[in-house]
Amino acid sequence: MKQQELKKSKEYKYGFTTDIESIKAPKGLNEDVIKFISKIKKEPKWMLEWRLKAFKRLKNIKEPNWQKPKYPKIDYQNLYYYSAPKSSKNKPKSLDEIDPKILETYEKLGIPLKEQEKLSGVAVDAVFDSVSVATTFKDKLTEKGIIFCSISEAIQKHPELVRKYLGSVIPITDHYFATLNSAVFTDGSFVYIPEGVRCPMELSTYFRINSSETGQFERTLIIADKGSYVSYLEGCTAPMRDENQLHAANVELIALDDAEIKYSTVQNWYPGDKNGKGGIYNFVTKRGACRGKNSKISWTQVETGSAITWKYPSCILQGDNSVGEFYSIAITNNYQKADTGTKMIHIGKNTKSRIISKGISAGNADNTYRGLVDISKKALNSRNYTQCDSLLMGNKCGAHTVPYIKNKNYSSIVEHEATTSKINEDQLYYCNQRGLNQEDAISLIVNGFCKEVLQQLPMEFAVEAQKLVGISLEGSVG
Amino acid sequence: MLKIKNLQASINKKLILKGLNLNIKEGELHAIMGPNGSGKSTLANVLSGKSGYEISGELKFQGENLKEISVEERARKGIFLAFQYPLEIPGVNTNNFLKTSLNSVRKAKGEKELDALAFLKLVKEKSSELGIDEKILSRQLNVGFSGGEKKKNEILQMKILNPNFSILDETDSGLDIDALKIIAQGVNTSRDKKKSFLVITHYQRLLDYIKPDFVHVLSEGRIVKTGCSELAQELEKTGYQKLN
Ligand SMILES: Nc1ncnc2c1ncn2[C@@H]1O[C@H](COP(=O)(O)OP(=O)(O)OP(=O)(O)O)[C@@H](O)[C@H]1O
Ligand SMILES: [Mg+2]
Repeated sequence: MKQQELKKSKEYKYGFTTDIESIKAPKGLNEDVIKFISKIKKEPKWMLEWRLKAFKRLKNIKEPNWQKPKYPKIDYQNLYYYSAPKSSKNKPKSLDEIDPKILETYEKLGIPLKEQEKLSGVAVDAVFDSVSVATTFKDKLTEKGIIFCSISEAIQKHPELVRKYLGSVIPITDHYFATLNSAVFTDGSFVYIPEGVRCPMELSTYFRINSSETGQFERTLIIADKGSYVSYLEGCTAPMRDENQLHAANVELIALDDAEIKYSTVQNWYPGDKNGKGGIYNFVTKRGACRGKNSKISWTQVETGSAITWKYPSCILQGDNSVGEFYSIAITNNYQKADTGTKMIHIGKNTKSRIISKGISAGNADNTYRGLVDISKKALNSRNYTQCDSLLMGNKCGAHTVPYIKNKNYSSIVEHEATTSKINEDQLYYCNQRGLNQEDAISLIVNGFCKEVLQQLPMEFAVEAQKLVGISLEGSVG
Repeated sequence: MLKIKNLQASINKKLILKGLNLNIKEGELHAIMGPNGSGKSTLANVLSGKSGYEISGELKFQGENLKEISVEERARKGIFLAFQYPLEIPGVNTNNFLKTSLNSVRKAKGEKELDALAFLKLVKEKSSELGIDEKILSRQLNVGFSGGEKKKNEILQMKILNPNFSILDETDSGLDIDALKIIAQGVNTSRDKKKSFLVITHYQRLLDYIKPDFVHVLSEGRIVKTGCSELAQELEKTGYQKLN
């Protein structure tokens, strides 16, 4: 293996690698690789055809390049598109059958999967490179008719649901990375909440990239049927390597009449080292459709990792009275770059959207908020409120706010507020005078700055996220 | 406790303290008065270690050279500054701030950190002594606090951290007469043989309630006169003009 593992350092404590034998698809992107993926996943024919259709499309389109962070050309032929621990070939039926090395990995990441140690109140789907290795609390959820499994399993066991909804929010023709994902996606989670059911626990997926020179193409599909509710959280980490690794996920959410989906992300992919070497390219397409009346989709993201974060979790507000929310914290330090925000597409009447974005930039980093609020002619009496705050540390970093607003009717109101400020030296002095060291002081002030967003996270994860906010900025003020 | 010899301090090339001498022994309370802009807050900042000052002269606290020690280390060694203008920190819960602060200091001293319950008990006790409505403590730190509430909050922090050297920078300014009495009482109950205070004020009124051992007049970066509490009364009548 030519890639060198970087030494562990205290800054990124998830940077270790698990030494495990894996099965890989041959390197490169071609029909054979796609067939390999489909076959190893024992997919039905329609699925393979769907993938190939996407691949055909892919050959005729180009990568977008309007984003602020530029990156060197990605050699798509030099990547592995499938990598799975050998032991997962015949997917274990119970947790006792999982390779202990994998269990140990998740334990190290703070996600115990074993029966006795499971996180209480949180069901976890654990995705290791290209496969889901375990899903906890399945029985308890099944009792309520909730389906929570890997997308691979759903394709086999619930094809009618998958066929109906997959690609219905992000069409396979959408854009380069979405199309690429549609062709080669490997695993991710599938959630179906039946009519009228309130999911009794947090559902969560933990994504781990382990293999080198491997792209992770996660696919997640969440359907909340009429009058149902679910809160879902994803977390992600990867080893420290001096190569850039691609994570191009597609996440689709569908909320029917009176349903609510709360989707939270704590993204902590390896950000690269102090000099900007290595790190994950996090190029993700996340989109939710509020298809039914009175439905609601709420995105909360805490983006602290990745060399480049490029994503716009969006809401298509089709149903009358539907509500879309986007709460975001994007922290960039050293040479990290982020271009993130949301799209709120108002189609139904009386639709409401709310955008709260907190960007924090330190070191030589660059942070862009980019957002679209589009209120169609028919979306009468709609409302949007947007607030974008940027906080800068030092004078080598950048913050940018790029709002696009299209209000096409006279009865709707769009409000936009934006602020940019430097971390206040007097506030730091005040904290220091009370005995807090520089790092704790920064963490406290920044957490205060992000509070409105942190409050949106499920309790179980809020504390973890607060710590992460502090850690991500370590060493940012001298 | 504190020994200052020929202290000079400048900021942005402007000399503000111009050879200041001051000795504060354990258990003593010193008051500093002086016209606006004479360097009182600068002295407080230099003592607590705020960065940005160019400093020469001797600065010793409990025998240690303060110049080498960071702001937070000084705080942990027991130097406390009640700010003339307490800072607002949006999004930070006041109680949480107090607890983080107390536990940083305790940890540095090798004491056990207080858990939430023990901490709340302590806060309850100290805030009721100071007549602070506990509700404000669950609000964001100093955000939207009235002038008087901010000042009281500073004294609450002093009572909770229990430092051995406290600098009060115009804590009495902007307080109503009842609040002034409460705060004075708060200081008085903290006084003991081991603890020292430096009280910066413009008003002799405060010194009716807090009896200083010494009163100094700071003018243009120097202590130009030192006396006992009668000096404050004298100044109240004559002003600073005559001293120059
Ligand atoms: N950063 C700075 N740059 C330049 N001059 C400064 C700076 N900070 C303070 N000064 C000046 O130093 C002098 C002393 O200020 P200081 O705040 O110590 O006065 P003070 O005695 O506390 O006054 P007051 O009674 O009004 O609080 C003032 O003339 C002030 O303008
Ligand atoms: Mg002053």
